[in-house]
This record gives sequence, C-alpha cells and structure tokens, in this order.
Amino acid sequence: MIKFVKVTKIYSPNTVVLKDVSFEIKKGEFVSIVGKSGAGKTTLVNLILGLEMPTEGEIYFDGLNLNEVDNFKIQEIRRRVGTIYQDYKLLPKKTVYENVAYVMEVEGRETEEIKREVPKILEVIGLKNKINNFPSELSGGEKQRLAIARALVNSPEVIIADEPTGNLDPYNSYEVVSLLKKLNESGKTVVLATHDREIINKLGKRVITIEEGKIVRDEAEGRFII
Amino acid sequence: MFTRFKRVLKFAINDLGRNKGILIASIFVLLATMMLVSGIFFFHGIMDYLITQIQNKIEITVYFKEDVKEEDILMVRDEIIKDFPEIKKIQYISKEQAMADFKKKHKDNPILMRALQEVGKNPLLSSLNIITNGDPLQYESISKTLQISNFSKMIEKIDFFEKKDTINKIYSIISKVNIFGIISGFILVLMAVLVVFSTIKLTIENSKEEISTMRIVGASDWFIKGPFVIQGVIYGIIAFSICFFLSGIISYCLKPQIEDILPGFNVFNYFLTNWWIFVLIQLGFGVGVGVLSALIGVKKYLDI
Repeated sequence: MIKFVKVTKIYSPNTVVLKDVSFEIKKGEFVSIVGKSGAGKTTLVNLILGLEMPTEGEIYFDGLNLNEVDNFKIQEIRRRVGTIYQDYKLLPKKTVYENVAYVMEVEGRETEEIKREVPKILEVIGLKNKINNFPSELSGGEKQRLAIARALVNSPEVIIADEPTGNLDPYNSYEVVSLLKKLNESGKTVVLATHDREIINKLGKRVITIEEGKIVRDEAEGRFII
Repeated sequence: MFTRFKRVLKFAINDLGRNKGILIASIFVLLATMMLVSGIFFFHGIMDYLITQIQNKIEITVYFKEDVKEEDILMVRDEIIKDFPEIKKIQYISKEQAMADFKKKHKDNPILMRALQEVGKNPLLSSLNIITNGDPLQYESISKTLQISNFSKMIEKIDFFEKKDTINKIYSIISKVNIFGIISGFILVLMAVLVVFSTIKLTIENSKEEISTMRIVGASDWFIKGPFVIQGVIYGIIAFSICFFLSGIISYCLKPQIEDILPGFNVFNYFLTNWWIFVLIQLGFGVGVGVLSALIGVKKYLDI
C-alpha cells in the first residue's frame, strides 16, 4: 500500500531529517512509527500525503510513484487517507457540522448524502449536541473526536495518526487507540506516529523505530525501545 | 461543477459573515484606495480642461492683402480645412469686423482712438484665425504650406513666426504636465495596488493554518482558492458601490466651488458624462486587485 525506497529528506545542508529510509506497509497493516521528538516522524507522514517531496528516493502509494504523479492525483490520494493530528487541524471558522461536511464536499458527495451522513457520525462520536459549535468552543477530547469523525466520514482506506494522543488525558488516549485498533480490525491500514511508550507496548503491532532520520528497528511485534 | 461552485460560494459568504472585522477593514482599505484612483481620474479631467482652454488660446492669424475679395478668402478657408483635418477651428474676420473688435477693445484708450481718426480709413486687414490641437509642428506646417501654395500671392503675412517661441514654450509646458500627470498617476495607482494587496494578503495569512488543513483533506486548488477569490470579488463590488455613490455625491457638492476656480468646468457633469469610465476604473480596480491579491496570497500557501 505504502512503500518508501531509499528516501532522504534534507531541508538545508545541516538539517537532514530522513536518510536512506526504506520500508513497506501492506494493505490492512497496523504500523507504529516511533521516535523521539524531531526524529522525522511528522516529515514521514507529510511525505506519505505528498505535502512534501523527498530530496532523494521514491515513495509509492498503492503502486503510484508520488514523484511522478500530478497535483490532481496527489489530491485524490489525500482523499483516500484519513488524517488525525495532535493539534487536530480543524477548520476554526467552520462549525462542527461543517468541519465534517467539508471533507465530503471536497470528495464531491451529494448534498443529500452529506445531510444524512454527517449527523449520524456526529452522533456516534458523541458530538451531536455540539453540531453548531465552533472548534474553539470544544474541549481537547471533543476536538480530537471531531478530527476522528472527519477522518472517518469518507471511509478512507488508510488512517494516518500523527501523535493523536499528544494533547489528551489517559482516558481519551485509550479511546483513540482503541478506535484505531477497531478500524484496523475492520480492514483499514493504520499508520500511527507517536512517542508514547505505553501505547506502543500495549498494542503488540509492527513498530518502525526512527532515530536521527534513520530506521534503526523494524519489528513485527515491536516494543518502544529508544 | 455547479454544485462545486455553489459550495465554494457558500464557503465564501459564510466566512465573510463570520469575519466581519476583516470584511470591514478590507472594504475600507479598498474604498480609500479606490477613491484615490477616482481622484486621479477627476484630476485628469480638470487638467484636460485646463490644457484645452490654453490650447484654444493659441492661434495663428493669416492676414490677406487689402484687395483680396471675401469669397476668395472663404475659398482659401475651405481649402485649408480640407488639407488639414486636425484644425479645430478656423474663423474668418472681415476688415470691418476687425475694426469693430479693435474699437470695442480699445474704446477706453483715447490716444489710439484719435490715431485711428487721423488715419481716416480702415487700416486693418481681413484675416483667418486658425486653432489646431496646439502642436507647434502643425502650425508650422500650415504656415509653410500657405506660403508656398497658389494662395501665397493673396497673403500679406502669417503671424506664426512671431508667435513661434511662445507656442513652443506653451506646448512644452503642456507636454511636461501631461508626462507628470501620467507618472504621478501611475505611482499613486501602484501604491494603491500595493496597499490593497498587503491588506488582503494579511487576511489570507490569517487563514494559513486553514489552507494547510484543506490541503491535507485533499481539497483541489480551486476548492481552496475559490472562496478567497469570491471574497475578493465581493470586497471589490461593495467598495465599488460605495465609491461610485460617493464620487457622485462629492462631485455634486463640490460643483460650485470648482466652478469658482475653473469657470466653465462642471465637475458633476464630468462625472455624469464619464460615468461608465468611473464604473470601469472603480470596478476594474476593486475586483481586479481583490481577485489578484487573493490568487497570489493563496498561491503562496498552496506551493508550500
């Protein structure tokens, strides 16, 4: 599904973020990418989404070389991925309803379908009573639930979560990770970038460890060892 | 396609409604600069009027010999009009008319009046007064053509060569005023464009994080740019409506004061006769700069 071949990302001669990184994530896998802050996890996520381009090497998404595809194809790939971030990346000037509806509108879904589906998913994540609130009026946990609803509403094939529990208390963190596990069990590919030792050790899934931009371990049932 | 456009329009209008502060600030800046641009156009109208007035004061006179008949002079007049289409006005003054004008002009000068009585007969000559667009080359060309034409034997003198230096000086001043007007107008318009551009860019910078999120969820470039571009159009249309209305009101209110300074120049009439140019300038400036600033401002964050 996602393949990195000798990928290097250099911002300036003194800032080499990723160096010669190669790995493959198969369809339906749950892969955690771990490393200290600044190890290159977020850059790796940005590279998968085509938000940044590698300085060297190749990245494939479902067989497509991201270096060779045009902007339209990249946008199409992003629509096949649901993203969850530590800072939520919500649209501050849109209501809870509009934040979720936006990704469906981007996808070109029918208005009737949007009107039907958005309240349903908001009910599932417990935000139906905040439908007309703006993100600034939500708690951290509610914001993350909203970000999850937005990531899932289009039924993406891949979920990428970049430090999704970074701003959450242990209870909300457990909820998020449980949800990611359930999504993976339902057949979705999950990529989780985190530096939360406890979460990784409990998951018992594949772990790729990055240190100073290099992959130092790639274990099928890995643990957090840095 | 239509659904997408409807959605982009809805985003633009919702955002404007939720950012009234930014909306008011952007319209105010656009309005102020639009008024400046309109002011430049009014100034251009005033300068044009002044220059035309000065040009109309420049004329050359062709004096005919005493025995030349009126019909021959009128024939020369018709020939000149045919040969020089750039002539704005050509007027035949008979010697009787010239005398009447002279007497009227100098009626309070007893010495001149007495001298005229002593001469006994009308010493003035019939003439043709010629006014072109003020270009000295045209006056020179008319004078030279008349001197070498078949009519030269009828002509006593042409006063161009006496007035040549004055005409050249006035024409040079007018040309310099025109160039100064174009350069200063260009600089002011450029400043206005930069002010509007910076303001709209700042409002877009405010949405930098939002644009980044839109990219992450896979929105196409036009789905992201669209609302900002439509907002630029809306800023432009609102600012234009206010500016056009204010231009009419201000020109109407300042009409008497400007007529005091520039007799014959009706600033309100100038606005009414050129209303479509005002529409083009104000709407073109407002919408054009609004849209362009939005496109450039958003592009910066789409290219990251």
